[in-house]
Amino acid sequence: MIVKETLKLLKTALMLLLLLSLITGFIYPSMITGLAQLLFPWQANGSLIKQHDKAIGSSLIGQSFNSPQYFWGRPSATTPYAYNAGSSSGSNLGPSNPDFLATIKNRVEHLQKSDPRHQRLIPVDLVTASGSGLDPDISPLAALYQVPRIAKARGLSESEVDKLIQHLINNRTLGILGEPYVNVLELNLALDDLQHRQGSYDNSTTP
Amino acid sequence: MTEMGIFQITFYLLILLALVVPLGGYMARVYEGKPCGLDRCFGPLERLIYRLCSIKPEQEMNWKGYLLAMLIFNILGLLAVYAIQRLQLFLPLNPQHFTNVSPDLAFNTATSFASNTNWQAYAGESTLSYFTQMSVLTVQNFLSAATGMSLLIALTRGFIRREAKTLGNFWVDLVRTVLYILLPLSFLLALILTSQGVIQNFKPYQKITLIQPITYQQTLVDSSGHSKTETRTITEQIIPMGPVASQIAIKQLGTNGGGFFNANSAHPFENPTSLSNFLELIAILLIPASFCYTFGKMVKDKRQGWAILFAMLILFIPLASAAIMAEQQGNPAFTQMGVDPTPQPHLYPAGNMEGKESRFGIVNSALWATATTAASNGSVNSMHDSYTPLGGLVPLFMMHLGEVVFGGVGSGLYGMLMLVIITVFIAGLMVGRTPEYLGKKIEPFEMKMASIAVLVMPLLVLIFTSIAVVIPMGLGSIANPGAHGFTEILYAFSSFGNNNGSAFAGLNADTPFYNILGGLAMLVGRYWIAIPTLALAGSLVRKKIIPPSPGILGTHQPLFIALLIGVTLILGALSFLPALALGPIVEHLLLWKQYGH
Repeated sequence: MIVKETLKLLKTALMLLLLLSLITGFIYPSMITGLAQLLFPWQANGSLIKQHDKAIGSSLIGQSFNSPQYFWGRPSATTPYAYNAGSSSGSNLGPSNPDFLATIKNRVEHLQKSDPRHQRLIPVDLVTASGSGLDPDISPLAALYQVPRIAKARGLSESEVDKLIQHLINNRTLGILGEPYVNVLELNLALDDLQHRQGSYDNSTTP
Repeated sequence: MTEMGIFQITFYLLILLALVVPLGGYMARVYEGKPCGLDRCFGPLERLIYRLCSIKPEQEMNWKGYLLAMLIFNILGLLAVYAIQRLQLFLPLNPQHFTNVSPDLAFNTATSFASNTNWQAYAGESTLSYFTQMSVLTVQNFLSAATGMSLLIALTRGFIRREAKTLGNFWVDLVRTVLYILLPLSFLLALILTSQGVIQNFKPYQKITLIQPITYQQTLVDSSGHSKTETRTITEQIIPMGPVASQIAIKQLGTNGGGFFNANSAHPFENPTSLSNFLELIAILLIPASFCYTFGKMVKDKRQGWAILFAMLILFIPLASAAIMAEQQGNPAFTQMGVDPTPQPHLYPAGNMEGKESRFGIVNSALWATATTAASNGSVNSMHDSYTPLGGLVPLFMMHLGEVVFGGVGSGLYGMLMLVIITVFIAGLMVGRTPEYLGKKIEPFEMKMASIAVLVMPLLVLIFTSIAVVIPMGLGSIANPGAHGFTEILYAFSSFGNNNGSAFAGLNADTPFYNILGGLAMLVGRYWIAIPTLALAGSLVRKKIIPPSPGILGTHQPLFIALLIGVTLILGALSFLPALALGPIVEHLLLWKQYGH
């Protein structure tokens, strides 16, 4: 009697698991996929930016920039190289870890050396790794900090680069939510574009 | 705290509270079997499910029957998660050809998703196929949440029914939760999230050509044991794809928290904008907060629900503020190196940005950390391991309170109701009267069950932590030296034992030791609380309801709310203060002694 009851219960449970798996695990994601592809195809497929029909990046996934004429993004802790989108990760280094503090010090010194004006305080987001390792953005201040270096490397005036940043700042949603930021890839594409229009600079070379 | 910080917290809580009444009322109608609107379109599907599974919806279960059904269903779910991970290479929808998951990791993930913990020992984008993510992880996101919600409703029926035997039908509660509450909400949220940039497709990973190729050094060890450094150049970036939005929606709504990607909600494809962040943050606390109203409505005294919700809010607000202030203050060592410590409202967040994303800054990261550990959600939009010592103490302490400040969907409120029972008992002792709650006498059996439910967690967390800190297998996984390393282990077991799922993720938890011990802790933390809760419901439901007499402590009054908060804090603090003193508090003192001014 008890065995029979338990078997009945087991059958119900198994059948219910199958049905609910079908509904929540296949029908629901497929419906969302269908609707998303219909309504928001660009977003649902990774917000890819295309140039001459070739994808050159996702506006949501950061890329690594370290040459002086580009804006630099956040340091990235992904392995084995920075901004590896196949393996998102933060550094998970603790605030008092001596290795961590040494790393921060190196980054600060590197920035100070690269800055023609030297004496300014460093924006914290330029020396700390992001949570995902793929952060596409920096704070407006971190972008403004890089203006002298970029202007010098590209032979542009500082006010031109400055204007570019002001133009691309994303403010808080509804004036309240989140933080203001600028997208590094957008900034760099705009920089190349600006230089291209001025025609004075070949953007394919990297020093 | 900056003005913007105060604005953001206030705005968040106002929107949350505005949603509590409509959703809470709706959920009460769903569980009372009343027309709720959606039954018009889902009713036929609901009846079809009952017919196919030979469920008789009018046949109610006593507490043992309810428990048995719940356990069998959960065990089958657990086995399914395990089996599909072990076989994913042979199954469809695996465009990256990921191999089968190792046994210990598969066990850990199975217990993790069945117990609504959603601890993430796996790295989604490099381990799990789309089939695995959808067919078992997304499914368990729904089912483990629905299990917790059903249990809460069974307990609620224990309070409202008089001299009855049965607590409802588990299958019916489960199916109605999924069809009428979780699915519609997830559907809505998933669609809004895709509009913000959360991806949703079945494509293989894409490749893009980098604007600036990067070179990096990799150290290789050749066959003879010599290591050499090789310089490599990368010209392409792999962009991961997948059905993400559908999973992220339920992961937040069901207080699950297991991510599609390794970086969880910090990943731009899981949480791309400040609006997506806000909506996900609302989703984390939405159902747990609304349940307080549902409870009040079902026991026919809304003040009881509000009293509990206020107690939760009073615990939440100062702790969230503390986390934001600690992170805003930042790391004293940075300032000495020449890092700018001053926030500027329209330009610069300042503070401790290690492990945080630019679009969220300090306020939305620390608020999320508090909410995700207040609820037993465990998704993270910033890396808790890199928080300042006091900033990291807040999420840790939130878990130590037993996941009752909002808590998991269902499990948070039933945990809080255990503390309510203990509080009325203590209050009863003070005035020398038989304690009662909602007209039900609280007698020795109820007190025993409530005590077990409350004490299992601290015992489990402290014992497992102490095992891990004395054996090499436990210590070997630590990433950061000193007091912080101890905090990593304490955090891991606090997260397992409370079914939270967030981590101080530097700890390498994908080892057989942590996978297995953690899996056990998650099972005990879930079911050793669920079982006494159901037993208690079974005992309560048999009692008669005595009319309120004058002079009894009203459980909706400010005095009771204060007492409840006191009991919650004292239980959490007494159990965990010594451990906290060894971890974050020592680290804070050392860090500020060395670098503070």
